[in-house]
Amino acid sequence: MAEIVKKKDEAPEKAAKLVNPDSVSVDPATIIMLKKAQRDGIETIFDRAETMKPCNIGAEGICCKNCAQGPCRLPLTKKIKDGLEPDKRMGLCGATPETIAARNFARMVASGAAAHSDHGRGIAQVFLAAARKETGDYQIKDTRKLLQIAPDFGVATTVMDGDVEKQRSIDEIAVEVGQKALAEWGKQNGEIVYAKRAPKPRYDLWKKLDVIPRGIDREIVEIMHRTHMGVDQDYENITKQCTRAALADGWAGSMIATDLSDVMFGTPYPLHGEINLGVLKQDHVNMIVHGHDPLLSEMIVVAAQSKDMLDYAKGKGAKGIVLAGMCCTANEILVRHGMPIAGNYLQQELAIITGAVDAMVVDVQCVMENLANVAMCYHTKLITTDPRAKIISGETVHIEFDEHHAFEDAKKIVMTAIDNFTNRRADVLIPKQKEQMVVGFSYEAINYHLGGTFRGSYTPLNDNIINGRIRGIGGVVGCNNARTMHDSAHLIVVKELLKNDVIVLTTGCNAMACGKAGLLTPDAAQVYCGPGLAEVCETVGIPPVLHMGSCVDNSRILMAATEVVKAGGLGKDISDLPAAGCAPEWMSEKAISIGQYFVASGVYTLFGVMLPVTGAPKFQKHLFEDMEGIYGGKWDLVEDPYEMAAKMIAHIDLKRKALGIDKARDRVLMDMADRRAMEA
Amino acid sequence: MSRLVAFAAIQGGYNIVSKAEGTLKRAIEEYGPDKKLEFPNTAYYLPIIYSILGIPVKTLGDATGVMEITRKLLPAHIKGKNHLPYLGPLLDAGMAALFAEEIVEAVRYITNPDFYYVSEECDPENGKIWLGAAEDTVFRKRGVEFVDGTAPGFAAIVGAAPTPEIAKNIAEEYQKRNLYVFMCANQNGTTFTEQLIQAGVQVGWNTRLVPFSPEINGAVFALGFANRAAMAFGGIKPGDYKNILLYNKDRVFAFVNAFGDVNAEWAVNAAGCVNWGFPTIADTDIPEILPTGVCTYEHVVGNVAHEDIVNRSIEIRGLKVTVATIDIPLAYGAAFEGERVRKDDLYLELGGGKTQAVEWVTMKGMNEVEDGKVELFGPDVADVKPGSRLPLAIVVEVAGRNFQEDFEPILERQIHHLINYAQGIMHIGQRDISWVRVSKQAVEKGFSLKHIGTILHGKLHQDFGSVFDKVQVKLYTEKDKVDELTATARKIYQTRDQRVETMTDEAVETYYSCTLCQSFAPTHVCMVSPERTGLCGAYNWMDCRASYQINPTGPNQPVEKGECLNPVLGNWKGVNDFVYKASRQKVSSYNFYSLMQEPMSTCGCCECIAAVLPTCNGVMTVNRDYTGETPSGMKFTTLAGVMGGGASSPGFVGHSKYNIIQGKYILGDGGLLRMVWMPKILKEELKEKLIKRGEALGYPNLIDMIADETVGITEEAIMPFLQEKGHPALSMPPITG
Ligand code: SF4
Ligand code: SF4
Ligand code: SF4
Ligand code: SF4
Repeated sequence: MAEIVKKKDEAPEKAAKLVNPDSVSVDPATIIMLKKAQRDGIETIFDRAETMKPCNIGAEGICCKNCAQGPCRLPLTKKIKDGLEPDKRMGLCGATPETIAARNFARMVASGAAAHSDHGRGIAQVFLAAARKETGDYQIKDTRKLLQIAPDFGVATTVMDGDVEKQRSIDEIAVEVGQKALAEWGKQNGEIVYAKRAPKPRYDLWKKLDVIPRGIDREIVEIMHRTHMGVDQDYENITKQCTRAALADGWAGSMIATDLSDVMFGTPYPLHGEINLGVLKQDHVNMIVHGHDPLLSEMIVVAAQSKDMLDYAKGKGAKGIVLAGMCCTANEILVRHGMPIAGNYLQQELAIITGAVDAMVVDVQCVMENLANVAMCYHTKLITTDPRAKIISGETVHIEFDEHHAFEDAKKIVMTAIDNFTNRRADVLIPKQKEQMVVGFSYEAINYHLGGTFRGSYTPLNDNIINGRIRGIGGVVGCNNARTMHDSAHLIVVKELLKNDVIVLTTGCNAMACGKAGLLTPDAAQVYCGPGLAEVCETVGIPPVLHMGSCVDNSRILMAATEVVKAGGLGKDISDLPAAGCAPEWMSEKAISIGQYFVASGVYTLFGVMLPVTGAPKFQKHLFEDMEGIYGGKWDLVEDPYEMAAKMIAHIDLKRKALGIDKARDRVLMDMADRRAMEA
Repeated sequence: MSRLVAFAAIQGGYNIVSKAEGTLKRAIEEYGPDKKLEFPNTAYYLPIIYSILGIPVKTLGDATGVMEITRKLLPAHIKGKNHLPYLGPLLDAGMAALFAEEIVEAVRYITNPDFYYVSEECDPENGKIWLGAAEDTVFRKRGVEFVDGTAPGFAAIVGAAPTPEIAKNIAEEYQKRNLYVFMCANQNGTTFTEQLIQAGVQVGWNTRLVPFSPEINGAVFALGFANRAAMAFGGIKPGDYKNILLYNKDRVFAFVNAFGDVNAEWAVNAAGCVNWGFPTIADTDIPEILPTGVCTYEHVVGNVAHEDIVNRSIEIRGLKVTVATIDIPLAYGAAFEGERVRKDDLYLELGGGKTQAVEWVTMKGMNEVEDGKVELFGPDVADVKPGSRLPLAIVVEVAGRNFQEDFEPILERQIHHLINYAQGIMHIGQRDISWVRVSKQAVEKGFSLKHIGTILHGKLHQDFGSVFDKVQVKLYTEKDKVDELTATARKIYQTRDQRVETMTDEAVETYYSCTLCQSFAPTHVCMVSPERTGLCGAYNWMDCRASYQINPTGPNQPVEKGECLNPVLGNWKGVNDFVYKASRQKVSSYNFYSLMQEPMSTCGCCECIAAVLPTCNGVMTVNRDYTGETPSGMKFTTLAGVMGGGASSPGFVGHSKYNIIQGKYILGDGGLLRMVWMPKILKEELKEKLIKRGEALGYPNLIDMIADETVGITEEAIMPFLQEKGHPALSMPPITG
């Protein structure tokens, strides 16, 4: 049975209410703020994690609430587990632990895929509106990226004018791309178009297995149907549908969200950034945008930088406006504009506790309801903006954000923050901690930086993997989780990988953990990396951990992996690569969807904390073992971050061996006959 | 440390680009934007800019646009701490610097036309050392050596060695390995080139030690040469920068040797070279860039000792070269082939008009030959005074189970270059007009005429060992014996020639492929039949057959010609099938005897190119050595650019000089009687044979009916001439069908 709560010492009943700040986070700013919270008498998620323990049955995935005859709870006894007793567990309707855990798991995939994809739909809608010039606030900015993705949608980029081929008008291309992209959600049959972006053997495998998503919405709805009482009661068949919905997330909903965001707001290229609560400024209006959707944050960036808003702020006695991000919204505006980040998921309440935040503006996902309660204790205005995401608690204000008058709405929001500046109270504490970062490694940017305008390619990466300077690629992503020490597992896994010459690609809240620990700086290479990786980082001038963006930008990792395959020398499919992925501190259902699409794309994917499948051994085996035979990737659960890194490295070594690059190779010296034999 | 390189190099890039902007601006002020901007005699404009950007810069005004692109390419300066990634920007800065330098060098041809000596050879006595951009004739002639492997690559040497002696040693080591050495830049005013001259080394294209420029800008001449190879032989289109550069990385084995302190401008040039996959190896302690990727192996290696630098460089570039080990007291290698023995250096002259010299390879029985035996009958070098003359006969006796009489001329033809490869020995001519010069330097080093035997024995075994078992060499320097052998040999030459000339395509069932050029033109396949010799002129059917026997898995493969699909055009099923496969599915069929319909493909190293002249109802052909305009509206080099790289282009075909007087020459289009224009030098060269062919075709004065540049270089200009002469082409059926 998974040990879920692992960090706390058994404290006596009474004192248990107050958490020991030093034991729940490795981030100094967080610890300082937790101490202030305690002084101020504010309860946070850290405290509740201490007092409210998770339900074991739910945590093991074997509680079914899918009909009113339940909840049916099927605890896994020690005797069954040890094989001393046959496993005859079943719900009222006869549902086995496998069926129940698989259904629960599927619903997490559905929810996660829905979250990403609904976000993506919003982007696609605004994209189309922008292309049609129905909104003046959003534009088609990165035409190069538009031309790059148009062929994937079968959209012509040139037209014939008599006999001459001419560039087609950007507006026309954009409208058609927008229409075709948006159609991906409602498609009933056929295949999502980006499936073909995967390496050919991967696509063929999906085709053979019949798991290529038909349309984004359809696969999610189908999960909800199949997991209704008395429908799909075959855990393998349910898992297959999980794959469809997850692929529809990674290779469609998320990927389209990323691509269209890039076209509208610019493809990220490396730039500087700053992170942690220390980015807030006492004498400035401090605004935090929190959530996920760049549509809102992009516009607030423009508004907060506009002259009239700055003047307005000055009129209120502020020196300027600090706009900082939180969670994935932060990543979006960081990688595109270098806007500072206040912190990751578990720091959201703490930002308010500084007493320096004049407004926290939220949209969707990962926004804790408790923000409303915390905000009430300070002057902070909590502003919800999305009609799909309102908060009833506290004094939350709702200022609806509508893309048709996005800039006006954004200004209204910024003004609300500025107006609130004068309400600051005396007890402000902004921790000093902030770190420098170099971020913005889209797969296009990696390509460029490995060879410049004329020779850009993934070949140097592959080459140095083949020659062993780089041992492999680790994707470390995902959330924070209040059940485990904040940022601790993230940093341990990443540092272990670096030490062993594994280059790390990161997104989401892991990226922020790395940022706060200084791992996103070029200097980190010499401090944390093995000699080979350090040398490569030094050559290219990159940090050893490449920040690729938000959680939807995990699609960038898929594309990077695909580019690596295409660059050659490391096998024919993603599953051949010496690579592994993990989410050491995951908590969101989105993570489950991400995990499933990585596994189905051929990646060994490890989760920390817990996985709600441990109460259903056969289903767990299906995910942890059988999947590898089917997809070349598999799930794993490892709580100890050291062990997690070790398992990733062992997997990487296995793949290196299979590729025959586990031993040093001789330099190949070419004579003329060798050159003639070369491929054209 | 890479950061320091990037920092300095990007700084260097800014300096170079700013200076270039100034140079260009001043030139435009003085000469106006319409002033022609070009390198001498090239169809590739400013070749780096043309190949990478696809922009043909023709005037100073055109260069302004490129300067703007160049400026934009310059990346931001590198911050000290927490800097952004710099590898990509560094390479961009390098490219920007090269664009800028190429413009500056082209402007120099306007503002300082005597700075470079437009020639293949240097004239150090008159201070004309720096050769600048290679003309296309030179480029093609030398490029072919890169293609066929006689030159595996080049070392671009920047700066100067600590002493002339060291410079000489390094240059010689590269020469021994057949590499070209391209030289530019100076170290406090001293140049590698001048060091070589000081040490008595001959420089120029002919010795493969090419002095481009005393300034760093000269790097563009080396890279421009490389990119022209990609376009001319690789058939890569201008502007397809990725493939142009990858072609260089994979197929042009070049690298940079930096001697002396590396300043910011050198650094950015080195960075530019990395775009090509050309690494830098330096003798100073510069920051190294070892991880691989953009180059095949290391990118920058420093602190290499002078005695190691040649071998280290070759290894770093990933090149395999074998040094010929011939037991003679002279350095030996292809690079010495073009070296002259001048009058003042002459010790002994054999043949060349004043005395008779002859060379002859003949087959003998196994027991008549003692392998490796070298005999000299008559006086040796040591027996004569400096400035003497002697007659010479070189008789090479070969025996072996696999040996055939047909191989005799093939081995015999090797004698010329094999002797020439020895440093300080010069060989000219062949057969009974052979001519050998021995220099004083060679004699000082202990050269004996017997070493000619040593060379021939060693090298023939190395290159042709599989077709014979034993070889012995007899050298004669007594007049009577030489005259006697000359008479014998002449009879044999005559019989041999007749055999080759009378062979027909119909008489054989097997043709031979030649894919030697695939190292540079990966989809090109030559097909060699008795009446269609290889288009480079180097390989006839017999050569290919011999080469196949020598190396059964080599570039010459027998091809059953199979069913004849069109006897007039020369099309066979077996040939087509082979070509389809060997061209990597690029060419599915071609005709041996036509330039109008599916002509054979060309790799760009053809000796001549024939082109249709529709108004004259005929064809013209132009040889590589003729640099002028032709009635096709294009110079040779432009024509080669249009059709090189393994493409079949109707209306044009590449062929050898000799092929013109072969019986099947464009027979499908009407044969030699279609020929209405040829350069004068080509007519002269083929004179006798052209007259003979004319007679055979019933036009004994055909040669006089063929126009040349003295008649005109447009169709309109030569038409009246053709009419006046009653050229047969005018009354033939329309050539355009
Ligand atoms: S997960 Fe199930 S068993 Fe656990 S508390 Fe909720 S309903 Fe009850
Ligand atoms: S679906 Fe079955 S297992 Fe689930 S709650 Fe209803 S009866 Fe119980
Ligand atoms: S990583 Fe997890 S917690 Fe962080 S923003 Fe993304 S989904 Fe939310
Ligand atoms: S015969 Fe053709 S392929 Fe062979 S070397 Fe000559 S040109 Fe090249």
